[in-house]
Amino acid sequence: MTQDVAAKHQAGVAARKAEMRAAQLAAGVEHLLEVKDLHVEFRMQDGVAKAINGVSFHLDERETLAILGESGSGKSVTAQAIMGILDTPPGYVTGGEVLFQGTDMLKMTYRERAKYRGPKISMIFQDALSSLNPVFPVGWQIAEMFRKHRGMNRSDAYAEAVRLMERVKIPAAKERVKAFPHQFSGGMRQRIMIAMAISLDPWVLIADEPTTALDVTVQAQIMDLLKELQEESGMGLILITHDLGVVASVADRIAVMYAGRLVETSAIGPLYAHPLHPYTKGLLESVPRLDQKGQELLAIGGLPPNLLRMPEGCPFNPRCRYAFDECRTGAPPPLREVEPGRFAACYVAGEV
Amino acid sequence: MAEVILKAEGLVKHYPIKSGVIQRTTGHVRAVEGVSFELYEGETLGVVGESGCGKSTLGRLLMRLEEPTAGKVTFNGVDMYSQTGHDMRRLRRDIQIVFQDPYTSLNPRKTVGDIIGEPFDIHPEVCPKSERNKRVRELLDLVGLSPEHINRYPHQFSGGQRQRIGVARGIALNPKVLICDEPVSALDVSVQAQVVNLLERLQRELGLAYIFIAHDLSVVRHISDRIAVMYLGHIVEIGDDEQIYERATHPYTQALLSAVPVPDPQVEATREQIVLTGDVPSPANPPSGCPFHTRCWKATEKCSAEVPQLVAHPDGGAGHLSACHYAATLG
Repeated sequence: MTQDVAAKHQAGVAARKAEMRAAQLAAGVEHLLEVKDLHVEFRMQDGVAKAINGVSFHLDERETLAILGESGSGKSVTAQAIMGILDTPPGYVTGGEVLFQGTDMLKMTYRERAKYRGPKISMIFQDALSSLNPVFPVGWQIAEMFRKHRGMNRSDAYAEAVRLMERVKIPAAKERVKAFPHQFSGGMRQRIMIAMAISLDPWVLIADEPTTALDVTVQAQIMDLLKELQEESGMGLILITHDLGVVASVADRIAVMYAGRLVETSAIGPLYAHPLHPYTKGLLESVPRLDQKGQELLAIGGLPPNLLRMPEGCPFNPRCRYAFDECRTGAPPPLREVEPGRFAACYVAGEV
Repeated sequence: MAEVILKAEGLVKHYPIKSGVIQRTTGHVRAVEGVSFELYEGETLGVVGESGCGKSTLGRLLMRLEEPTAGKVTFNGVDMYSQTGHDMRRLRRDIQIVFQDPYTSLNPRKTVGDIIGEPFDIHPEVCPKSERNKRVRELLDLVGLSPEHINRYPHQFSGGQRQRIGVARGIALNPKVLICDEPVSALDVSVQAQVVNLLERLQRELGLAYIFIAHDLSVVRHISDRIAVMYLGHIVEIGDDEQIYERATHPYTQALLSAVPVPDPQVEATREQIVLTGDVPSPANPPSGCPFHTRCWKATEKCSAEVPQLVAHPDGGAGHLSACHYAATLG
């Protein structure tokens, strides 16, 4: 595959996207992807776990939004709800909207939605080995996207697979297109996942902990690759992670989740310099830093709440150093604009 | 200077690769290739490296959970691998381990009291049966769990609490050395800090020496006095925390440190990053000469022919050893 073909392909994609962008603007739609007041619950034998309780955010082209949270905070469930790949039952979307260029994806039929997965929004997962099918060659799995969505024949689809493997910098792509997932290293497998995800030139790519299972040197390679692909194609990137370091190096904006709610959203710089929510502050203080040898870490006491038995008031109040009576009763504090462009769900935000 | 408590000399561990119907040995996975270091009383030696570099195997060798292919480990001047029976059991009291995964390293059918008290079954001299319950309660209290939870089962605890149980079991016999094999990598960030703080407090109170094995370089820097960097079974650089993190002389250490993102966008925006190409070579078929030469941007012909020794370099400072032919010129 020559440089020419790749360049021509990019130009074609750019032209198609420009057309759709014009349509989006004409319709008065502000954001590429907008999630409004999303609610998800899991109905299980021992009760209803409210995994997502009114999450709203938006994403534009060329933008990287990081969703940060601990396990059980609902960050992966948010991604699954956007993609429409939530396990139902037990998971149900009980409210809200997911607007892609102004169209609510939650109101679509299954078939309509399937057409959006791939060319509009696509996703990569944490564990590449268990996400790839072990009994088919990787090239076949990448080519599947072209056969299903574009109706290509087998040999053309394979040629496309080689082009994509080269794009994600897998060495000797032509020779390895028929190799099986177990013949690749962890980093290479993640590259194959990325190749599948970007195969139909999506507008939005959701990366769910893409580097958590990888070593740091490989993590740096993968994050570099994602950044480069985003620069080339201008796609919006949602990066889901628990690693404050990874966020700092790539994201433009950040949304911090706790117990199924957004507790803080902000541009990246001010959040690290001056966190508004006590939970964000606690997280930043509890991670040791490579570039300095600190004193004792200021750990956040206690544990994240059980989603079946949420505390009354603010979900963070049992662990919060600043909690007072109002935090312990009634509804959780709503997200409010504390500083221009910075939102936090806390009564004392900004004063801590 | 404190006394040397644990000393490893030229430790080697090869695992045979068997294949075919008659299971002939067709090769070896060279997990640990000649590792030597000293551990001083009451200090923490961090061992870092990527997956497959042999750091966990090293931990198991130091516990004698694996028999080495070659080399020796001396504990307080006693050669560990030549001990048998009663003497070996006596020695095991002094070296204990905390495992990575708190979900699989605790028996789900035993209560917390049984799990923490089990070491006393084998070493009744440490704690007679009549005292056992009291001692387990003390241990629970020491690691920050409620002594009332003594009759609960592991599934009733969260990940961080389970790791505390693992630590309580590790310190039950009053060991001198505790080997921590990735003790916090399965935990959430906010809980990780709690366990790190617990380990630091126990070290201060009990005077333990730690071998802290982890892949998270930030955590290792936080907790360690000295750090050993491993690559493909070799220690490529060893030194105190300043020497390794501020003045690394081995290119692998430099690349590894540079790959770790710093949780501060201002630092991130300005810092130069060395991104290594390729993957770690297979330990079944390691490269000739310096193990790192296939990914090193400074490698010359000498590197592929000669194995560099782990030696001090003129500008490295005392106790700062590096296994690179060009360590002195790297600065």
